[in-house]
Amino acid sequence: MMKRYLVRRAGQAVVVLILIACVNFLILKLAPGDLVDVLAGESGGSDPHYLHLLREQYGLDRPLYVQLFQYLSNLVQLDLGYSFRFNMPVRDLILMRLPATLLLMFSSLAIALLGGITFGVAAARAPRSLRDSLISTTALLAYSTPLFWAGLMLIILFSVKFGVLPSGGMATVDGPKDIVSIIVDVSRHLVLPSITLALFYMATYTRLMRASMLDIYNMDFVRTAKAKGLTPHQVAYRHVVPNSILPLISLFGVQLGSVLGGSVVVEVVFGWPGLGSLAFDALFQRDVNLLMGILFLSSVMVILVNLAIDLLYSWLDPRIEVGA
Amino acid sequence: MRPILEVRELSIHASSGGQPIPLVEKVSFSVEKGATLALVGESGCGKSMTALSLMRILPEPAVRIVGGEIRFEDEDLVSASERRMEQLRGNIISMIFQDPIASLNPIQTVGDQIVEVIRTHNPISRKEARARAIELLRSVRLPDAERRINYYPHRLSGGMCQRVMIAMAMAGAPKVIIADEPTTALDTTVQAQVMALLRKAQTETGTAIILITHNLAAAAEAAENVAVMYAGRIIEQGPVREIFLSPAHPYTEGLLGAIPDNAEGGVEIAPLAEIPGNVPRPGTLPSGCAFAPRCKNVQQRCRNERPDLTAHGNRRVACFFPYSQMIAQ
Ligand SMILES: Nc1ncnc2c1ncn2[C@@H]1O[C@H](COP(=O)(O)OP(=O)(O)OP(=O)(O)O)[C@@H](O)[C@H]1O
Ligand SMILES: [Mg+2]
Repeated sequence: MMKRYLVRRAGQAVVVLILIACVNFLILKLAPGDLVDVLAGESGGSDPHYLHLLREQYGLDRPLYVQLFQYLSNLVQLDLGYSFRFNMPVRDLILMRLPATLLLMFSSLAIALLGGITFGVAAARAPRSLRDSLISTTALLAYSTPLFWAGLMLIILFSVKFGVLPSGGMATVDGPKDIVSIIVDVSRHLVLPSITLALFYMATYTRLMRASMLDIYNMDFVRTAKAKGLTPHQVAYRHVVPNSILPLISLFGVQLGSVLGGSVVVEVVFGWPGLGSLAFDALFQRDVNLLMGILFLSSVMVILVNLAIDLLYSWLDPRIEVGA
Repeated sequence: MRPILEVRELSIHASSGGQPIPLVEKVSFSVEKGATLALVGESGCGKSMTALSLMRILPEPAVRIVGGEIRFEDEDLVSASERRMEQLRGNIISMIFQDPIASLNPIQTVGDQIVEVIRTHNPISRKEARARAIELLRSVRLPDAERRINYYPHRLSGGMCQRVMIAMAMAGAPKVIIADEPTTALDTTVQAQVMALLRKAQTETGTAIILITHNLAAAAEAAENVAVMYAGRIIEQGPVREIFLSPAHPYTEGLLGAIPDNAEGGVEIAPLAEIPGNVPRPGTLPSGCAFAPRCKNVQQRCRNERPDLTAHGNRRVACFFPYSQMIAQ
């Protein structure tokens, strides 16, 4: 049962991935200008014969479908092409930058989920109280604040004004090299970007958690829990909260793609050396291979995580039968 | 015999922002050890609100007790501390609800939910509590209890879930069980089984039962005394057989008429003589007798004045023109 489900989902995922790869490829090809134009623009020279040679060398003169087919067959062999801007295989480049992005995303989402659940619970346990109004208003504010602006404000406040946290990068250039100091150093660099990225999602989760809890509080089984002689605290944490978290988990999967998008902005603002800032560079330098590689990898991540979330959800909510 | 639970002049109001709306007004009844009291009335009469108030689990602050007393043994539950109520709930006073599947937490196994109530009131280990839970499930005749204890509620039928709820209610040493329409959501055959279980629990432990139902016939079978509620008030109360055989209040008579009459060997089924009209919504009661607009015997006086509950023999009736000739026995 479980195995059949996994096989089916994996099959779906492969089809989706191929479609995404095609779409990525086409969109990027449709944009005016190619790698050779960029190279020529930078070097200043534009000898048409030289440009033609370059295009031939990179295969850019061949028909579109040949290029696409080449791209797809390379993908199957996990060959994401070569980045001419960085003079490195795209795969190596991505693997080099991936850990930083994963670290940033993981800490942001952890902050967002924990914070969202905590604040949502605090608000819902005393609806329409001062505490609730404070939390709800702040959440609304955070919800409507643009990411880059929030990032800049945090830099101004904590780096420029108080000088307590570094404003950019991932590590101090010539800091001590023992493992403990490295961990401390990276954590200090991580604080501002991860909070910035978490802010919006924390606000979303806070609002959803609050609404979900108020909903669950009206359910029959909560009345049963009270009738058992549980304290309000036990009713909340044993019965209401676990049931209220379920919708958050499905939202988490849906939002993952946009978290990746958000991490581009945050990585650029904070000079975080991850995939996001790499994608940003690739975009502006028309490094098509690199950009396609990153987009493809992001799709793989979103699809895998969503599959994992589906499994997690069916494990958490026994009413959902896997494969049904 | 002194009643184990006695409710005196209990009033419950809802206040959603503006004017408080009375949901239950000056309701009094009592039930003795080992006895059953039925609370009967149409939908929206305030039966569930009364039941929830006995355990002090009304949806506060929207709905609150505003007056009266709930005497349980020697204490008044209206003024009891929250701490004390937690000790009583699920242990000394327990409750069974109408929709058994929805009344169980969907993401916990039924076993864990029974263990929870056991361990809330007894300092015993998880393992002991589990053994006790299996024992309880066996006593409510849940087939294959050892296996089903690990099931989630959605894998059990409504009847099985209600058995689980009864097992849960029996987990302590309940002196009062409040059953709020325990069989309404179940199949007819299962209804009889559930009622039989409640009776069995009662004879074994001597617990008092407050049975809430729409159905006067069911009340007559299970209870000794009945209180008929209409629009938040009791309009007739007394021994159930008497009231069942010769209702004094036209509303009680109407309720009886709404029951299929199986007297003639179950062949002839009398037409469901529904009472015309609906229960007035709380806050929109007429100035006189609340039942006057629907009453077939209505007189001018009924529209102007509200009748109080007054003694007629060993029952009490709130009607100016009760069927008194039949009461005179
Ligand atoms: N939070 C609330 N605010 C205001 N009115 C309420 C609230 N909850 C319930 N009511 C009203 O209280 C009245 C009594 O409700 P109650 O549930 O006690 O009726 P009932 O006799 O149990 O009916 P049923 O047979 O349908 O269960 C109903 O008219 C209902 O509309
Ligand atoms: Mg009810």
